[in-house]
Amino acid sequence: MLETEVVVSPSPHLRSGVNTEGIMWMVVLALVPASIAAVYFFGWPTLKLLFASMGAAVLTEALCELFMKRPLTITDGSAVVTGLLLALTLPPTVPVWLPAVGAAFAIIFGKQVYGGLGYNPFNPALIGRAFLLASWPSLMMNWVWPEGSLGWAESATTLSGATAAATGATAGATAGATVQTVDAIASATPLALWRGGITDIPYLQLYLGNIAGSLGETSALAILLGGLFLLVYKLIDWRIPCSYLGTVALFAFLLGEDPLFHLLAGGLLFGAFFMATDYVTTPVTPLGRLFFGIGCGLLTILIRKFGGFPEGVCYSILIMNTTTPLLDRWTVPKRFGEVKANG
Amino acid sequence: MGLATFKKGIHPPTYKELTAALPVEEMPLSSRVVLPLGQHIGAPAEPLVAVGDLVATGEKIAEAKGLVSVPLHASIAGKVVAIEPRPHVSGRMAPAIVIESDGTDRVAPGLTANRNLEELTPEELRVLMKEAGLAGMGGAAFPTHVKYNLPAGKKADYIILNGAECEPYLTCDHRLMIERAADVLLGLQAFMKAAGAPYGVIGVEANKPDAITALREAAAGLPVQILPLKVKYPQGEEKMMIYAATGRVVPAGGLPADVGVIVNNVATAAAFGYYLRKGLPLVSRIITVTGKGVKSPKNLRVRLGTLLEDVIAYCGGFTEAPGRIILGGPMTGPAVYRLDLPVMKGTSGVLVQTRDEVEKPRVLPCIRCGRCGAACPYNLLPNFLSDYAEHDKLPEAEQYGILDCRECGICSYVCPSRRPLLQNIKNGKQKILAARKKG
Repeated sequence: MLETEVVVSPSPHLRSGVNTEGIMWMVVLALVPASIAAVYFFGWPTLKLLFASMGAAVLTEALCELFMKRPLTITDGSAVVTGLLLALTLPPTVPVWLPAVGAAFAIIFGKQVYGGLGYNPFNPALIGRAFLLASWPSLMMNWVWPEGSLGWAESATTLSGATAAATGATAGATAGATVQTVDAIASATPLALWRGGITDIPYLQLYLGNIAGSLGETSALAILLGGLFLLVYKLIDWRIPCSYLGTVALFAFLLGEDPLFHLLAGGLLFGAFFMATDYVTTPVTPLGRLFFGIGCGLLTILIRKFGGFPEGVCYSILIMNTTTPLLDRWTVPKRFGEVKANG
Repeated sequence: MGLATFKKGIHPPTYKELTAALPVEEMPLSSRVVLPLGQHIGAPAEPLVAVGDLVATGEKIAEAKGLVSVPLHASIAGKVVAIEPRPHVSGRMAPAIVIESDGTDRVAPGLTANRNLEELTPEELRVLMKEAGLAGMGGAAFPTHVKYNLPAGKKADYIILNGAECEPYLTCDHRLMIERAADVLLGLQAFMKAAGAPYGVIGVEANKPDAITALREAAAGLPVQILPLKVKYPQGEEKMMIYAATGRVVPAGGLPADVGVIVNNVATAAAFGYYLRKGLPLVSRIITVTGKGVKSPKNLRVRLGTLLEDVIAYCGGFTEAPGRIILGGPMTGPAVYRLDLPVMKGTSGVLVQTRDEVEKPRVLPCIRCGRCGAACPYNLLPNFLSDYAEHDKLPEAEQYGILDCRECGICSYVCPSRRPLLQNIKNGKQKILAARKKG
């Protein structure tokens, strides 16, 4: 007879080595290149913003769970991911309290009110960003170009006609049409400049990231490194970033715009690899994921071209989040050996 | 061209190195065996003996009852000391015949050896399958002769023997194919004749090259293909095996016979071949006793009814206090909590995990990562099935194909939140089937 207790549990009795905590920390790891690029281009104070956001997210999650008398889950890494993602979508000029407030809002109203990890319909980090954008628009649109990155502007050919448009697009953030041309450009993102007709920004600069923009979204190189990491370790499905980016490129081309510029500018790459791939708020079926990416792409290009803001990644993904349950339902895969019911 | 296989699936570590190179050892007879009357799917057999009777090895001691049932034979010679409920792997007590050995291993008289396959008709072969006590030895223990009673209008042109052994740890079929290749092929030929099937295929995962070689030598000149298969779980699941070997897709809810195929385990074929050659029905089988928790892992030929405690003792006992004891492979085998359970026709092994190996899972909410659906070979969405089953949304579960689940366990294996997906799905299936029975 057995002298000691043994575990009796349902099969299978082997489990893969991948667990949810591990996935979350791998995502944090994938965000390291973009974070390093942010610090490189926008200086050491960037670190304060990143940690304020992560710290506030974790603290808020802990407080919520204590308040609701639920088990503490801060070690699962998901709050850290939310905090870091949010911080990387903010302009480098924001005061340090802003990411903290945004992260707290993201955790409370983007996640915990729905029941915590796994139950939120919207990407919490984007909820945080949308909240900050609506509440402190001037802070959220206060862009700067990294030091020494405006060389192209001084020799740009399109400046004269574009200055007014550029300043118009960033109204509120600058002193108006009287400022020097380069100064006007210095407080506009590439997408805002594009709206004003300035398209001279060298691709290499867009690719490397020494341009104006949110902390984590400027360097395509750093984002692609992280995205590649996610793809290689099968942490994300290729379908969403590929269909998202492909749709934007295709429609940019059809609308007579420069597809490469649209891929590299703004938060598209960051959103496509890190936001639109959030498991919880996106479809689980392969086909649903394709449609999700296509929808995000269509909305992004529509907002960029016709919307009130120069950038539309955040709202595109949030809007598509609402379609996730339907997409899942409409795209149930055909089962092995499935036979059509009569009729 | 890659190896034949199916779509999706997983690659768990195999752990087969523990026993793959160890030849099968004959385990000495135990002093008593416990033979449950229900070792197979279907109605339990009916005893033909009474307490106090003397029986010989191979003697029929219980008769099949009803259409889906098989007879049972004494696995050792000795005296029937009890016919009573005994612990069964199902967790309940189940009627069993207990025989105390007289140590002689005297074989029952009147067994017919060296039957000539040429002279046997398909009908006779089907009767012999039943008389041999055959039930699927891969684990499911479905009565073999029933598979060969094809419904009117159905014909099988392929007999596939399953030698994939895709479950981690198990090597009993691997060793059997090497050491008993001739019996495997004799059994296969008999199966082919019984079904009137012109083709035979033996599917073997490519990580058993020595078994493939042995089978190919034994199959020389026969209309039998030895098919190396990709090493992937669940390669040995019936529908996946059929797809890999023939490209045919068994319809959901259908049987292999719907696409003209019958599948048997290689061990079942070898048992039939041995019966035709020696006249001895199914009284023993090979099991793999393995895992970090066993002192000396082995491939063992044991008599049916041998208790786990004897098997473990013969393998040197436990290395330390065991963490979990599993009958069969780790993906589908049940965990047991007592050692007075007997080896049965469908028992392919005993796996002992140490306490360190038993993960105490921290179950988190579903994060909808989709890994379960991406791996499910039946293209189901286990996260939704589990959720529907858990919340008693049975119509939705059915609509999403819960009854197509073959319980391979992949979904639970890959789930990063360690959710009991398969368990929930099994519960849901049971509820649906129970409701159908009632209504």
